Order: sequence, then structure tokens, then C-alpha cells
Amino acid sequence: MTNAIEAHDLRKTFGGEVRALDGVSFAVEEGTIFGLLGPNGAGKTTAVRILTTILSPDAGTGLVLGYDVVTQADRVRTLIGLAGQYAAVDENLTGRENLTMVGRLNHMGREAVATRAVELLEEFGLTDAGDRPLKTYSGGMRRRLDVAAALVARPRVLFLDEPTTGLDPQSRVDVWGMIDRLVDEGTSVLLTTQYLEEADTLARHVAVVDHGRVIAEGTPTQLKADLGATVLDVGLADPELARRAAGILGTVGAKAPTVVGAMVELPVDDGPRVAMEVLRLLDQHAIVPTTFQIREPSLDDVFLALTGKRTETDDDDSTNTPTDGHRRRRRAPAKAGATSEGGPR
Amino acid sequence: MSTTTTVITPGAGIAPATNPATPGGGARLRWAVSDTLTITKRNLIAYTRIPESLFFSTLQPIMFVLLFRYVFGGAINPGLHLSYIDFLMAGIFVQSVGFGGIGTAVGLSEDLHKGLIERFRALPMARSAVLAGRTTADLVRNVFVLLLMTGVGALVGFDFPNGALGFIAACALVLFFAYALLWGFAVIGLVASNSETAQVMAFPILFPLIFASPAFVQVASMPGWLRGFANNQPIGVVITAQRSLMLGSAHVPGSTAGHVLVALAWCVGLLVVFAPLAVWRYRRST
Repeated sequence: MTNAIEAHDLRKTFGGEVRALDGVSFAVEEGTIFGLLGPNGAGKTTAVRILTTILSPDAGTGLVLGYDVVTQADRVRTLIGLAGQYAAVDENLTGRENLTMVGRLNHMGREAVATRAVELLEEFGLTDAGDRPLKTYSGGMRRRLDVAAALVARPRVLFLDEPTTGLDPQSRVDVWGMIDRLVDEGTSVLLTTQYLEEADTLARHVAVVDHGRVIAEGTPTQLKADLGATVLDVGLADPELARRAAGILGTVGAKAPTVVGAMVELPVDDGPRVAMEVLRLLDQHAIVPTTFQIREPSLDDVFLALTGKRTETDDDDSTNTPTDGHRRRRRAPAKAGATSEGGPR
Repeated sequence: MSTTTTVITPGAGIAPATNPATPGGGARLRWAVSDTLTITKRNLIAYTRIPESLFFSTLQPIMFVLLFRYVFGGAINPGLHLSYIDFLMAGIFVQSVGFGGIGTAVGLSEDLHKGLIERFRALPMARSAVLAGRTTADLVRNVFVLLLMTGVGALVGFDFPNGALGFIAACALVLFFAYALLWGFAVIGLVASNSETAQVMAFPILFPLIFASPAFVQVASMPGWLRGFANNQPIGVVITAQRSLMLGSAHVPGSTAGHVLVALAWCVGLLVVFAPLAVWRYRRST
């Protein structure tokens, strides 16, 4: 097994107080997508900055294709590409000029750079906009150019730091398609994301990061399997009723139920049988659910099970109510009646 | 790797990447030059696309020449049997390159606080190219500004009293001074927390140095306590040397060589202090 990236016990503290990384280890197999999943402030970006030689770790080792990111930083830089949420491109240059600059700074020849720029503009649907300054680009176009810039020198290892944060759904799907194609061509990708769906869709392996630590690692399927095969969601009229229902359903499922707003979530092994039992119990107590569905567990459930809290997409937003997280996750709530939904895969 | 605890032996099972660039000393220097030129080009393109910087490096210097030539000039007696435009050119050159330096501080500060610098740090480019490319671009911009002002100056009556050679020498001196000064502004740009702060920090330092100087009026017309400062501060010294080169020693008391030596000493002094300081500060921030 060859590893594109290895992180060994990386530690980093900022200003003597903020512990961004508290011993992070993981390995990314060559030719695969590895997802680093976690909420804002979990330490994902710090890990990426260390592995891309931008930042030095306080302790620990980072390797890219076997080269040390601290002592062999120059070599590492010739092998990697980096694209991120901040769209690291020059506003005043055109798309083509940006790609040319990055290519030249990668020490590619003039002609090779020109050819590559044409290729990438074409591939990323920016040919028409290629000779306009970036000031005229939309957010999605900038992000596409940012990813294109990361690919100019055909890096063997690509770091994508929240590549779809803030993008509209269509642009997000476009970026996902690009990432998939790259991996088909043999590129190894480290992807950070706070979108569970993104990690679930793209990554072969996922490490869940929280407070600078890896709290779980495995394939999305394994992580979901650890939780129980399926989840039964029972929607009630109000949170008070949900808490009552959770008390009644305490021992029915594979694990204890969780109350999220007016919803009771119950991990179960044998969905249909438990569903019948749940309905019978609720009926006995004269409780009528408003929604009722059996579904595959999402990585959000994994995160909840691991940390006891929902993922939050806003900066340190502790006022983010569980209900918000819940709504965001499930776009089309099922109507009453048992429906078995496939997972995002 | 499928378990939650991963034990990895560093380097185990890793095939070394093939053919990574391993530049030797000569190649390293060549790439450093190439990288600097790439960044220089990028900065020069930006100057043509940002309306403010285009204004500051074209219209504003022209407006100052016209302002002093036609509005203030009539009220100022330069003495030394000179027309005011002949007296003015040296001062206005230094004023232009001086205020232009604020752009260096602002530009560098913007570079450092934008996402682009993150990309630069992850590229196999020379670390020095961001600083060197910025100062080189600003030097090129200063050449352009001087050419433009020379043209406008000639149009409004400057008649090169000491000949072309003296004028070219004066321009070379002001460019050297501008370059040394750029590194001072680079330090400001690197220290400032954002580009607005960089501007606010640079302006009050520059303003007294430019106006409490022989740039626009004879120092003799200033109060006694100010004369010593105006004559001996770096901008004052450079203006005097430049004027001596442009106008000839007949119009400027003291020997031209003496003035130029003092001015060169200041330029070298500024470079020796600020360039390493900027490089040190830049390395620390990256």
C-alpha cells in the first residue's frame, strides 16, 4: 500500500492558547479521496496548511509521497496543488493570466503553461471568461478558477480545503464532478469539508475531526454501520411530546433514542419490526406522530453519536439550535407513512 | 486504516516520488530571478487595472506639476536666478516617488492578507519573489512616472539647464533613492494589520519629510528651527543633490559631488537598514 499523505501526531497551538491540532494522525492512500470532516474550528484547515508546507507543526510529522513537509518542503511543493475556500486568485488578473502566473511559479515553460491554461479554461467552462479580469467573475467561477490554478502543474496530490463552502448547489455538483474525474486520472485528494453529504459522496475514507483530534476514522459505510443499520425518525407535534415519546420508546431500538427538536431519532437494527412496535407503543399512549420514516443513517448521525452534538456550519455559533441543523440536513421531510429512503450514495 | 486508531510507522510503505525538482545553486538563482519577474509582471498588470493606482501614477503627478507651475509658482521666489519650473522639477520628482511608495506599503499589505499568499507559500517558487517582485514593479512604475513628468515639465517650460547628462544623473539618483525608500514602505506594509492601516501609517511619516524640505520653496524662507531639519533629512539631502545635478553647481551652493555623496550615503543607509528588516519581517510572517 502506497500512501500519498501521512500525518503523524500533528500538533499545533496558536498564541500559546488555542490548541488547533491536538495529535492528529491519518493516512491517505494513493489514488483515493480522503475526507477530513468536522465543524468550523475543528482544525481541518490547520492540518491542510501544515501538510502543504504553509505552516510548521509544533510537533509531529507530515509526509507527502514520502517527503517530509518541514525538512523537504521544496520537494513537497513540486508535488502538491492547493485550492481552498478563500479562492486564492488575483482579482486584477484575468483567468488566463492567473493560470499562467501559477504555472510560471511552478517553473513550467512558457509554451507548456499557455497550452495548459487553454486546457484548464476549457475543462472548467471558463473559456469565454478567460480573458476577463476576475473582478467580473461570479463566486462559482472564481472557485472553479481556484481549483484550476491548483491543477496547472498536474499535481500528484491535491489538497482541497472546503472547496464547495459557500457555493450554490449546481456549482457544488460541478466541483464534485471535477474531483471525481481527477481521481479517475490517478490524483490523490485530501478534501476537508463540513458538509457530511460531500464526504459521504466523494470520499473513500473519512476522518471525523473535532477540537483538533480525530475522533473516528473509516469508510463512510463503516462509520454508519457502527451506529446501527438504519434510523427511525418519528416527528411529533412539539418538543415536549417528543421527549415523552422518547421516554416511552427508550428500549425499543438498538440504542437509546435522541430528541432533536420535535423529532425522535431511533437507531434500529431491524427497521420494519421496530416500526410496528413503535407505532403500537405510541398508539397505546394516544400519541400520533406527524412524520414517520425509516432511513439510512447520515454522517450527521455519526457526528451526533460521537460528539453528542450536531455539526454546525456557522462560526462557533452555539445558538445554532439542533432543529436548524436538523432541517438543513433533511431537505424533503417524508410525509406520515413509513418510507424507506436510500442514503445519499 | 479502517479502524478508529491508526498506527502508522513514518515512511513505511511509501514509494518515493519520481523525479522531484532538485535545483542546485545556479538553477535556484535563475528561478529566483524568473519568479521575481513573474511577480513583477503580475504587479504591473494590476497597476494598469486598478483605477486608483493608475491615477496616482499618471494624473496626480501631472496635476502637481501644473499646480505648482501655474498656481503656487508665481508667489514663490526660488532665488538663485532661477525660473520656478527649473527649481521645481527636482522637488516634484522626489515628491512623486515618495507618495508613490505608499502604494508599495498598501500593495504588499494586501498581498499578505489575501488568500493568494497562501497559494504562493505552497508553490515551489522562491520565497523572496513576493518582496522582490513588489519592489521591482514599483521601481518600473517610478521610471514611468519620471518619464511622464519629464515630458510634462518640458511642455511647461523646464529647459534642462545642466544638459541631458546632468538630468539623467539626477533621475538615476532619484530612482536609487526611490528604491531604497520602497523597502521602508515595504516594512510598513508588512507590519500593518491591513492595507488601510498601511496607508494611515505611511502618510504621516512621509508628509513632513516631503514638505519640510527644499522641494517647493527655499529652506531660507523657513523659521530657523526648521531649516536644520529641512536641509539634512534624507529627502532634503536628495533634493539638493538632484537639483545640483539638474541645474549645475552655479545655481546650488556647495559642490555637486559633495551633495551627491551625502545623498548616496543616505540611500545606501536606508537600504542597509530597511531591506534586511523587510526580509526578516516577511520571513517571520510566512
